[in-house]
Amino acid sequence: MENLVHTLEVLSNAFGPSGSEMEVRQLVRERTEAHAQQAYVDALGNLLLTKRGTKRDLHVMVSAHMDEVGLMVVGYTQGNLRVATIGGIDPSILPGLHVLVGRKKHPGVIGVQAIHRTSHKSREQSPAIEDLAVDIGAQSEEEARKLAPLGTPIIFATRFHAVERMCSGKAFDNRAGCTVLTELLQGDPFPCDVTGAFTVQEEVGLRGAGVAAYAISPDLAIVLEGTVADDLPKKESDVSPTTELGKGPAITVKDRSYVTYPPLLRHVIRTAQEMHIPYQIKQPGVSGTESGAIHRVGVGIPSITISVPCRYIHSPVSLLKLDDLENTIRLIQAVLSTLPSDILKIK
Amino acid sequence: MDLKLLEKLTQTFGPSGYEGEIRAAIREEVASLGDELYVDRLGSLVVHRRSAAPQAKKLLLAAHMDEIGLMVTHIEEKGFLRFTNIGGLYPLHHIGGRVRFANGLIGTIYVERREDRSQAPQLKHLYIDVGAKSREDCPVAVGDPGVFVGSLVQQNGRLISKTMDDRIGCYVLIEMLRQIQAPAYDLYVVFSTQEEVTLAGARTSTYRIAPDIAISVDVTLTGDTPKALPMAVELGKGPAVKVKDSGMIAHPTVRQMLIDAAQQADVPYQLEVLQGGTTDAMAMQLVREGIPSGCLSIPSRFVHSPSEMVDEADVENAIKLLVATVETN
Repeated sequence: MENLVHTLEVLSNAFGPSGSEMEVRQLVRERTEAHAQQAYVDALGNLLLTKRGTKRDLHVMVSAHMDEVGLMVVGYTQGNLRVATIGGIDPSILPGLHVLVGRKKHPGVIGVQAIHRTSHKSREQSPAIEDLAVDIGAQSEEEARKLAPLGTPIIFATRFHAVERMCSGKAFDNRAGCTVLTELLQGDPFPCDVTGAFTVQEEVGLRGAGVAAYAISPDLAIVLEGTVADDLPKKESDVSPTTELGKGPAITVKDRSYVTYPPLLRHVIRTAQEMHIPYQIKQPGVSGTESGAIHRVGVGIPSITISVPCRYIHSPVSLLKLDDLENTIRLIQAVLSTLPSDILKIK
Repeated sequence: MDLKLLEKLTQTFGPSGYEGEIRAAIREEVASLGDELYVDRLGSLVVHRRSAAPQAKKLLLAAHMDEIGLMVTHIEEKGFLRFTNIGGLYPLHHIGGRVRFANGLIGTIYVERREDRSQAPQLKHLYIDVGAKSREDCPVAVGDPGVFVGSLVQQNGRLISKTMDDRIGCYVLIEMLRQIQAPAYDLYVVFSTQEEVTLAGARTSTYRIAPDIAISVDVTLTGDTPKALPMAVELGKGPAVKVKDSGMIAHPTVRQMLIDAAQQADVPYQLEVLQGGTTDAMAMQLVREGIPSGCLSIPSRFVHSPSEMVDEADVENAIKLLVATVETN
């Protein structure tokens, strides 16, 4: 079987901003299809793979979004590309970055003035997205339009690196989750039926997950994520980080988009404790995840989000610890293997 | 007024997502009031009362049983707690107030000293003191939910308590279930979950029931307090038939149905246009192919504070109005 780090590497390097997830979908599909009894791509582009269980008492949806944040061509200044963001990106991190334009991955640079030509004052201000342009070396608007038509998506050109237990690369939000889901689907069947959903367009409003949940109509949902680890020293020392690297999978109790179904939360925590898998509670109230879109579908789908902590997400490069990735896989495997049949029964 | 019932409803623990206790409390009250009773997937309690009328339409009435609250996000070295909101919180409403956790533990909510006091404090400036001496000594954990403290008082024809939003709606629906004799509709009364966060309870209950008409019963704001935002709803002028809020426009047929019932029951009513806020009906109207939806509101002052105030006569009249709605076709 393919090594875990290699899967993460291939997926991290792939091109897949929201709405253009084809390459990522192809990569996960070829790794998982043989392990599922049913596989199809729905109208919005979600890849849904069902792995039949040995007991079939429950049907669990496990989702991981394939899309990443990026940029999109919205205009031209002579040969330069004007861009807008796809998903949440702080424009101040953009100047000087190497990017890949379009699915053919035409190289580009987000232009900056040489320091010789800037003033102290201009260097103190962060640029707005309107102030930035991607240079692809085109000589004219006509040439730029040919190379990168309006609407062309753009990604960061970061390549993956792994040294010992640390990995760096782009788009760990959420190729980390995609790696976990790929690994889960490749393993032995679970007692329950499991439908893996590699979803689209999470970064622009949780759009893929809701329709996937409607089609699957599962009893429960587990959402896999790569989430914020902001565990570096802060000015105010007594402030809890959202999550910390190396402390294990981060379990969501409540975020801005939903409240976790308490029996499922208890089962996940109990499982981690019994299996001696390290875990952490993600700081409640931070960010929104696909559970927010899934839990409200149909007759209601109790949901939980479990994340691999990653530093510097939504930037050109994030950092994760392999231990966290492995422990997330172990935890979800154990959770699915021991799911009590009566978990949906509430008084 | 059944003050004992209202006390039980307002004082029972039930922040959004953690409605187990309040569901059990309501279940005790409604156990014998329906032909069928079930708890659905996200925890809403549903009482189904059949009609003798042939081909009766399905009418869904919903009041949410969850309440606003807070959730612990961090425990400081000295044992103070930081928290996030469950539902809409206004920091000023809670400074000096108290919070109660599921295990009964009480904490004082206070605000840190701020250099710049020209701005209203934000939630991040507030903390909870449960009397812990250190982080290790603290009996509360990150992720624990809590609710605000405010006892029930009856005075001058008004009722004051925490969580009138929306236990007063639950009270109205329980009383209505006690009083109706022969419903003209195939009636589903839903005590919904998670209204204060995502409206997910009412949305999913409605999906399962697939009613012909849906009406939520919830509190609304008033315009009758000093320097209030202009709003033509006052305490004591009758239950309010919603025309519009920031999440929905009531279906004209449903609005008229409630007005007709008010006239038939001979109770005063007011029309409501609410500029900020919404209710379960916002989610219910968009379920499946679309469901004509409306809302009957109990006017309330100081909504989302620990001392929400309603008028007794408004409550009694809301019950009469809904009994007339359900019994008339």
